[in-house]
Amino acid sequence: MIGSFAIAWLGRLSWHAFPQAAVTRGAAVGIVLGALVVLTLLTYFHKWRWLWHEWLTTQDPKRIGVMYVIVAVAMLLRGGSDAVMMRLQQAVSVGSNNGPFSPDTFQQVFSAHGTIMIFFVAMGLMFGIINLVLPQQLGSRDVAFPFMNALSFWLFTSGMILINLSLVVGEFSAAGWLAYPPLSELKFSPGVGVDYWIWSLQIAGVGSLMSGINFLVTIVKNRCQGMTMMKMPMFAWSVFGSMILVAFAFPILTVTLTLLFLDRALGMHFFTAGAGGNAMMYVNLIWAWGHPEVYILVLPSFGIYSEIVATFSRKRLFGYTSMVWAIGAIVFLSFTVWLHHFFTMGAGADVNAVFGIATMLIAIPTGVKIFNWLFTMYRGRIRFTSPMVWFMGFVFLFITGGVTGVLMAVPAIDFQVHNSLFLVAHFHTMIISGVVFGFFAGLTYWLPKVLGFRLHEGLGKIAAWCWIIGFMLAFFPLYILGLMGATRRLDHYDASLGWQPLFIVAGIGAAVIVAGIVCQLLQLAVSIWQRNERRDLTGDPWNGRTLEWSVPSPTPFYVFTKLPVVTERDQFWADKQAGKKQGGYEDIILPKNSGVPIIIGGLSFLVGFGAIWHIWLLAIVGLLGIITALIVRSMNDEPEYVLTAKEVERLENARRRKLKEYAVYE
Amino acid sequence: MSEVTTLDLKRVEAEATDKTTFGFWVYLMTDCVLFASLFAVYAVLHGNTFGGPGGRELFKLPYVLVETIVLLTSSFTMGLAMLALQKRDKQAVVGWLLVTFVLGGVFLGMELSEFHAMVTEGNSWRRSGFLSSYFTLVGTHGLHITVGLIWMAVVGIFTLKKGLTDTVRKRLTLLSLFWHFLDVVWIFIFTVVYLLGSLNI
Amino acid sequence: MSAVVSEHDELHLSYGKYITGFLLSILSTVAAYLLVTRGTSTTHVTEILLACLAAVQFIVQLVFFLHVGEERKPRWRQLILLLMIFFAVVVVLGSVWIMYNLNYRMSPQQMNQYMQNQTNSGL
Repeated sequence: MIGSFAIAWLGRLSWHAFPQAAVTRGAAVGIVLGALVVLTLLTYFHKWRWLWHEWLTTQDPKRIGVMYVIVAVAMLLRGGSDAVMMRLQQAVSVGSNNGPFSPDTFQQVFSAHGTIMIFFVAMGLMFGIINLVLPQQLGSRDVAFPFMNALSFWLFTSGMILINLSLVVGEFSAAGWLAYPPLSELKFSPGVGVDYWIWSLQIAGVGSLMSGINFLVTIVKNRCQGMTMMKMPMFAWSVFGSMILVAFAFPILTVTLTLLFLDRALGMHFFTAGAGGNAMMYVNLIWAWGHPEVYILVLPSFGIYSEIVATFSRKRLFGYTSMVWAIGAIVFLSFTVWLHHFFTMGAGADVNAVFGIATMLIAIPTGVKIFNWLFTMYRGRIRFTSPMVWFMGFVFLFITGGVTGVLMAVPAIDFQVHNSLFLVAHFHTMIISGVVFGFFAGLTYWLPKVLGFRLHEGLGKIAAWCWIIGFMLAFFPLYILGLMGATRRLDHYDASLGWQPLFIVAGIGAAVIVAGIVCQLLQLAVSIWQRNERRDLTGDPWNGRTLEWSVPSPTPFYVFTKLPVVTERDQFWADKQAGKKQGGYEDIILPKNSGVPIIIGGLSFLVGFGAIWHIWLLAIVGLLGIITALIVRSMNDEPEYVLTAKEVERLENARRRKLKEYAVYE
Repeated sequence: MSEVTTLDLKRVEAEATDKTTFGFWVYLMTDCVLFASLFAVYAVLHGNTFGGPGGRELFKLPYVLVETIVLLTSSFTMGLAMLALQKRDKQAVVGWLLVTFVLGGVFLGMELSEFHAMVTEGNSWRRSGFLSSYFTLVGTHGLHITVGLIWMAVVGIFTLKKGLTDTVRKRLTLLSLFWHFLDVVWIFIFTVVYLLGSLNI
Repeated sequence: MSAVVSEHDELHLSYGKYITGFLLSILSTVAAYLLVTRGTSTTHVTEILLACLAAVQFIVQLVFFLHVGEERKPRWRQLILLLMIFFAVVVVLGSVWIMYNLNYRMSPQQMNQYMQNQTNSGL
């Protein structure tokens, strides 16, 4: 009786679920205390109402973008501490010393590091920046579906909370960031760790898929009058490519995760060892999503670099059309190379050769892009601002990463370095320089538009240099170690191998990167402190080229007083050259706030939590709640309101008066 | 949007409908990829019967043919509802929706009883890799049908209560797209799973 | 953006089209069914014929029920449909090719046996 009661209400949950090891216990206490502090502060300062009306229920893409960036930065700190733990372990766990972490903890740490960095840092920063910039660049006020945009964000956050909850209740997956079966099957991973992994990715993944559809439709349907596809800013083009990949790759992830869960929960045999399962199919499927995912992340970053290089070279982007074709080629090719992640699984020479050659082909459009950026700089009047420092670091590192990538595209070489630290160094080079540097550069470039003031340049440059140098120290030794035979995910190795000095250098590199992160946080704090001196009064702090710089900083919630009309590629630049200014007032339709997205986010959290702990009642209640919430929402016939031209004019005049007050500080 | 405004509300509404229809179309395409992945899994695992029964022993083709014709007919009646919508004939819209709903319900019931029979004979999804992939592929389609039926009920009630307003018409259009799309997926299930699975291989 | 009219109102739905589509889809379904139950041709030929009939069905559904091809320029829906078909075909055929090649060289049965041995040996 009590037993069945417990199964219905608690599933697998019991007191044993709370952390036993000192490290995880510390992290759990930290998370709980942090949450309590935030909640107390909000209550103390009576900020709940403000938070709810201004942020939690907002459908304004600029605010949603800010929330994405905040979550992603918090997750960067979490994933970064995982990285530091790994570097520490590998630097000291030699010979008789077993290092600070047990093998099991270490496995959870590297699994969490990869998962968090890709899904909650890189994806979060990407969607954040797209939300902040894309609509304005297109001469639009909003995305195509504002409600769905908010819903995407809350699903992303719900997944984020789930993955961090695994520190407090239960455990995290110890099966690597892609959870290969049969290790991730119930037989070999009986705990809840893999289920946490599945459900946090599943919920965040559905959010990403909806974002993908949303931004795709935004680009197709929300461009302002006159902006043909070939007049779009390059960032918009790269987001277009990336979102096509999201739309067609993420369903594969959804399926793969579902099948793994069905194996674990319902006793199916997709990837099990025995009973007709085939673990190799999982590897095949997850990489059919996983490879496009790399390009999903890197394409928007390429777009950011394109904008930055053109602006700071004070020249129009070189080879616009070839850039577009390169993006198109990357989109197609990225779907035809996934086997290169498992050359060693045993396919024949014919299969390996086809995918190897397809992989090498990707270097061609990528090379085109690199040369276009260099030619844009050539004979430009370059300003070496901090975004440009990030860009230059990117060009150098990305080429090293690209060369090692083409090396590994040769199956015979891949057999040597597969699963070694050489591979780890390669993909970190691509992701950190290609994706992370790009997003940091983009944030430095566009934050004035969000905050209304510029960030501290000096600290920004120091941060960039710390990252670049720290990166080389941390990862170049890993290339060498990989060639010496060090495999990835080692929690211990023999002293006689002579690897320790290089691992220590890598650890120092990680410390330098941490210094870079500290500089970035300091940069933000100092800039907020000095915001009055740094205020951007013109709306165009960098002498920019695209439409987002034609509106004031911070961008008003209605963005444009009147939607712009476009006849040129770099319309704002052309207007400035001609001494023209677009303006006027019009009635504006804006979405009302809605509490439904955050409620659905909370309910999907319940579904995930219930499924992880086999508390099926909770999962069903959550699911029914989601359906009800959607039906209630669909009964709302007036989700929008009109802001009259008169009201816009009044707001604009108030803003101008305020600008005059600020101007005193200049 | 009741305030007096200079906006051309008809045009705004038309643009919104255009966006939603296109967005829904993109969603359907992503769903196609979802099914494509499931088909790939089925194609890889369909031979892994692990000593259990294969498709030839399990599938009753005449039964599945009836199922298929029921679903095809429901797609047709959904089209008739759309024709009624074009003529702004509310009664006919609701009537054809009801017929579609009943046909969809019959299809779902047939599928569930087919599943039930297999499970009671000891051939559940736990039996083999083949059966796991069969139940998941066909079941995912069934889940979509279920969602479609719930949606149809909700939109049907809206139509009755609010009449053929702009919003209701938009939702009916999307629903019809969804329903026809499920028909397309079923054709591939019928061919790949049932017909090819029953051949002498 | 150019003046947009509600997509659906723009389409000219007609009984004729729906009835033709319905009859064609029923016809090809029954034909495929008879091919399998009464068929005398070899398996290989039947497979190809079935694939052709499925393709016919697919096109019938797209044209007569989903109204593909009636869109005004720019034809974004058509473009996305074509992209989807490309990616879906790449994923399905690619997976099947890869997996059959892998199975041929290292059958899951052998691999499972190997893993069982590893487990039994205490690894």
